[in-house]
Amino acid sequence: MDLEQADGAWDDALLGAAIFASDPSGLGGVCVRSQPGPIRDFWFAQVENLIGQPSEFRRIPCAVTEDRLLGGLDLAATLSAGRPIGETGILAESDGGILLLAMAERLPASAAACIGEALERGIVSVQRDGIDHQSEVRFGVIAFDEGIDEDDHVAAALSDRLALHLRLPEASARELPGSPYSAKTVARAAAEITGVVCDEDVVAALCGAAFALGIRSFRPSAAVVRAARTSAALNGRSRVEEEDAGNAARLVLALRATMLPQPAPEEQNEPEPQEDTGDNDRQGPGDDQARGPMMDVVLDASTAAIPPGLLERLKQAELGGRKSAKSAGSGSHGAAPRRGRPAGVKRGSPGAGKRLNVIETLRAAAPWQPLRRQTDTAPTGRLKITQDDLRISRLKHQGKATTIFVVDASGSSAMHRLAEAKGAVELLLADCYVRRDQVALVAFRNQGAEIALPPTRSLVRAKRCLAALPGGGGTPLAAGIDAAAQLADQVVRRDETPVIVLLTDGRANIAADGSADRGRANIDAKSSARRIRAVGYRSLLIDTSPRPQPVGRELAAEMDATYLPLPFADSKVLNDAIRSVAHDPSASMV
Amino acid sequence: MAPTFPFSAIVGQEEMKTALLVAAIDATIGGVLVFGDRGTGKSTAVRALASLLPKMSVVADCPYNDDPDDDSTVCADGCPAQHTKVQKRARSVPVPVVDLPLGATEDRVVGALDLELALTAGKKSFEPGLLARANRGFLYVDEVNLLEDHLVDLLLDVSASGRNVVEREGLSIRHPARFVLIGSGNPEEGDLRPQLLDRFGLSVEIDTPRDLDSRVEVVRRRSEFEADPDAFVAKWKRRDGRVRNRIVTARRQMPSVQISDSALESMANLCLALGTDGLRGELTLSRASRALAAWEGAEEVDVSHIRTMAPSALRHRLRRDPLDEAGSTVRVERAISEVFH
Repeated sequence: MDLEQADGAWDDALLGAAIFASDPSGLGGVCVRSQPGPIRDFWFAQVENLIGQPSEFRRIPCAVTEDRLLGGLDLAATLSAGRPIGETGILAESDGGILLLAMAERLPASAAACIGEALERGIVSVQRDGIDHQSEVRFGVIAFDEGIDEDDHVAAALSDRLALHLRLPEASARELPGSPYSAKTVARAAAEITGVVCDEDVVAALCGAAFALGIRSFRPSAAVVRAARTSAALNGRSRVEEEDAGNAARLVLALRATMLPQPAPEEQNEPEPQEDTGDNDRQGPGDDQARGPMMDVVLDASTAAIPPGLLERLKQAELGGRKSAKSAGSGSHGAAPRRGRPAGVKRGSPGAGKRLNVIETLRAAAPWQPLRRQTDTAPTGRLKITQDDLRISRLKHQGKATTIFVVDASGSSAMHRLAEAKGAVELLLADCYVRRDQVALVAFRNQGAEIALPPTRSLVRAKRCLAALPGGGGTPLAAGIDAAAQLADQVVRRDETPVIVLLTDGRANIAADGSADRGRANIDAKSSARRIRAVGYRSLLIDTSPRPQPVGRELAAEMDATYLPLPFADSKVLNDAIRSVAHDPSASMV
Repeated sequence: MAPTFPFSAIVGQEEMKTALLVAAIDATIGGVLVFGDRGTGKSTAVRALASLLPKMSVVADCPYNDDPDDDSTVCADGCPAQHTKVQKRARSVPVPVVDLPLGATEDRVVGALDLELALTAGKKSFEPGLLARANRGFLYVDEVNLLEDHLVDLLLDVSASGRNVVEREGLSIRHPARFVLIGSGNPEEGDLRPQLLDRFGLSVEIDTPRDLDSRVEVVRRRSEFEADPDAFVAKWKRRDGRVRNRIVTARRQMPSVQISDSALESMANLCLALGTDGLRGELTLSRASRALAAWEGAEEVDVSHIRTMAPSALRHRLRRDPLDEAGSTVRVERAISEVFH
């Protein structure tokens, strides 16, 4: 990022801070894409200054559970009082304050949805542990999104309801200026927002901009109008002017853009262009298809594509030192699941990872209390709970499988193989409804690899992404394997089990650094393959060359993959082969 | 309670509004599934329906909303109202539209042992859950595709049988739980299992409006509502009232709406052409078409009613063919144009 751009980004970040501080609950909040560091701390200090009361901030760990967010039964109070006493959850306690979420992209989907729901309705509704309670809440959210990968951001259930989306500039050696606004200005603006008028034509322009950028949800459209009015109030105006509309569009819409606007309205931060520019000489027939008029296809393809700069950085990190095999593999198969979806309760003692379910234990003990009071000599007024009453939560943690297809999309015959792989992905997906498994697709061609389809079990999404997958160009096999390994790491972090399915003829001709050197390319491919074996991901190599070559078998050996020569693999055969590997108990465990 | 956005002020989304109204007219249609992008007003429409529905009469103090005029149903054992045929006090209440909030636990959904009474008095008594509260009304589950599987199974089972059977903590209770299940979700975050899809009577796919004018209108009304909710509700009160009256009339008229043999035949042909499994599709389509005819004040179901309801009644019952590029909506429309030329 050059200095001028960084200045612009920082100015916007400061403006965003002031706008958020003026109307935290009205705007819902701000989603800040940035890594932790001095810049982010400095930005947050500005927000604190502008809002003024530090006691109102409440930091929430990303591993927060639903019962803490929503509240439930207060165990200590219940036991000492001998009657059920509820406990207020974080959301209800945060009324009038600000929630701070670091590593918000790691927030479980259910927790993100709870926070989003409370923001949306201004109500926290609790139906848990025998408690039936509603309370009104108004709060603002600051979500720090530290996700690097395109598919690793704050859950949409939450981010859709946070009006402002900012990106802080990368670390800079220079001194950054503080906020040009003061707490006083912000307080005055907060009082005046309701009086600010926004003309019809401005509303129409803002809605039009959101539409042209491919933002389908209505919430950003409503939020951008509100942000424009806040911007006007901050600048001491009683009517939204062009500058305010521009500010709001940059802060609310830019980072949400899913496509480039055709006539380019008041948009300044353009989203990343599609990756496949500059390979016009060796394009396969698939590119024309992908560039077709289907707006939806382009829209989804641009969100799924990794920006080239980002891909480079990931590669640097990869070479700099990869996590040990142990840490990557840990957690994917525990003895007794300590997390997962609750699946009822059963009688038993807690310990060794089993968690006592207090409510059910109390319920089990409750009917016996009068009887036990008569026979027991212990002091009265206490609940008498015996070993027999203890109930433990059963958590179901299925080793959910995510099948990562790594498809060689290079060369002239790519379209055929690509079509096979697409068919297999869709077949497998249809098969996944019941098991709730996921599939992902990595395609490599030309100079690098891209995640064409992030892990999903949504048929809708899969179809959109697959239809847009282009083919043609060189064979950067190493890059493809590396991308798959990174995706597999992500999958493992989510406590799911990856299965890598590589479809290639094994003949690489682009080295890891992007140079067209056949010898180096093969060496790089093998070293990437060895890394997969080191981590121990289960894998399957399907040799798609018309006549199976030793090079494919060697690569499979390096990866410790099941080798399957399938010159004319069709979708059905492929699907059966994958299922047998993914669910083969004798295969090596991750 | 904060006022809800008025139903008649919702811009566009005709298919969703029709499906909700049809389900409000004929509760036996069996649930509505609303799938669509984030921020397209799914929950807004469902919650708006709550304040729109005409009131209903219930037995006073009965937690199960039992109907005082209906002697055929048996209320639950141990109902505190203890109503018999002789002594019943009726009360007029709004039709319940019960929200199943995120993070709800099973004990609150089905009902469970009353902890307070059990701990303090050592009494075993049943505390009815959300299913009891939703009896004769609606149960709304937002993000239904994020709900835990065992809860979804349970909801569908109860909504199909109309009775909630509780066997836990030494309690053995059954009580009426007839409700219209409304689920909404975003398909990009995962599909529902096909066997669950089929249990919903109607399924609606909503998309964001593509024309700028209606998008601007949505945002304009939303801002107006947020600025002064009470004034906005008051402004739309008359229009909501008209919709309410129409629902009442349609409910009264519906039993006398005729469905000709040829109409039934074309419905059967449509289902045949689409290869839907089972009879549920045909049954739902005929009920939905009849409710729509009643809504429009028609005396007989005609082709336009069938055409309007067919996509909602059938699109989620098609056998999935992952290699067919066309979506299910397109397939239904193709079949409609074949059957009705």
